Amino acid sequence: MGLGIGLGHYLTVAAILFTLGVFGIFINRKNVIVILMSVELILLAVNLNFVAFSAQLGDLQGQIFALLILTVAAAEAAIGLAILVIFYRNRGSIAVEDVNMMKG
Amino acid sequence: MTLPLFFFYMFSAIAIASAVMVISARNPVHAVLFLILVFVNAAGLFMLAGAEFLALILVVVYVGAVAVLFLFVVMMLDVDFASLRQGFLQYAPIGVVVGLVLLLELLLVAGSVMVAPETAGAAVLPIDGGIENTRALGQVLYTRYVFLFQGAGAVLLVAMIGAIVLTLRHKPNVKRQNPNVQVGRKVSETLEVVKVKSGQGL
Repeated sequence: MGLGIGLGHYLTVAAILFTLGVFGIFINRKNVIVILMSVELILLAVNLNFVAFSAQLGDLQGQIFALLILTVAAAEAAIGLAILVIFYRNRGSIAVEDVNMMKG
Repeated sequence: MTLPLFFFYMFSAIAIASAVMVISARNPVHAVLFLILVFVNAAGLFMLAGAEFLALILVVVYVGAVAVLFLFVVMMLDVDFASLRQGFLQYAPIGVVVGLVLLLELLLVAGSVMVAPETAGAAVLPIDGGIENTRALGQVLYTRYVFLFQGAGAVLLVAMIGAIVLTLRHKPNVKRQNPNVQVGRKVSETLEVVKVKSGQGL
């Protein structure tokens, strides 16, 4: 990495982003869209860690793993939003508290 | 302060500030736009770490596809977002507690991380400074990791089919093409030759 930027810098930024994602899930308990965005933030923080370690250790494997995480994150967003759309179509709401149709 | 360090601080400051706005924005459209800003700045951080291909993929995939998908859904659903913010601060105290504990733990780990000296030179895929990042990734992605690559493609395919199956809706009162019936038609069922005597109708 060099040039004054160390592994600790990247890990700190990723830790803050990860925490913000977790915090976002807590405070937006009702809004599924923002919860999905928080999950994207968490996955981004993980990717940042992978890339930072890849650069630090001089190993390309971390970047390949990050690429696969990116793929899974994109698939997750697509499926999550599709579920959101049909849920809204059925219930007319996206509040998390209304998701109890499977309750017996 | 060196120029890369300045850019690192700029990118990370904007990314963190935008992440705060993502989770606290009143309007979800604004939240999506701030999410785009987070991803663009994270791409800058990737670039600084030498992962150029991932940085550009992040911009293409996230800003170009995922964020637009989010924006599309947010604008398509006619949701009363104000009512969704009713208990906004209800869970904030426990969220702050959990978030602070998590952050402290993560920072503790990040601050005390140490790479074992034996791992030097033990990299499975050492980064060669002479080859550009994209070429190096391509050289292993299609050979050594071809099954992982195919698996990622399968994940995307399943996600695509799943999203289509979930959201496709057959409306009643809409005539649909049925290829089976069309192809299965026979001449004997559809065509009849009738001898008509001249001067008389059928």
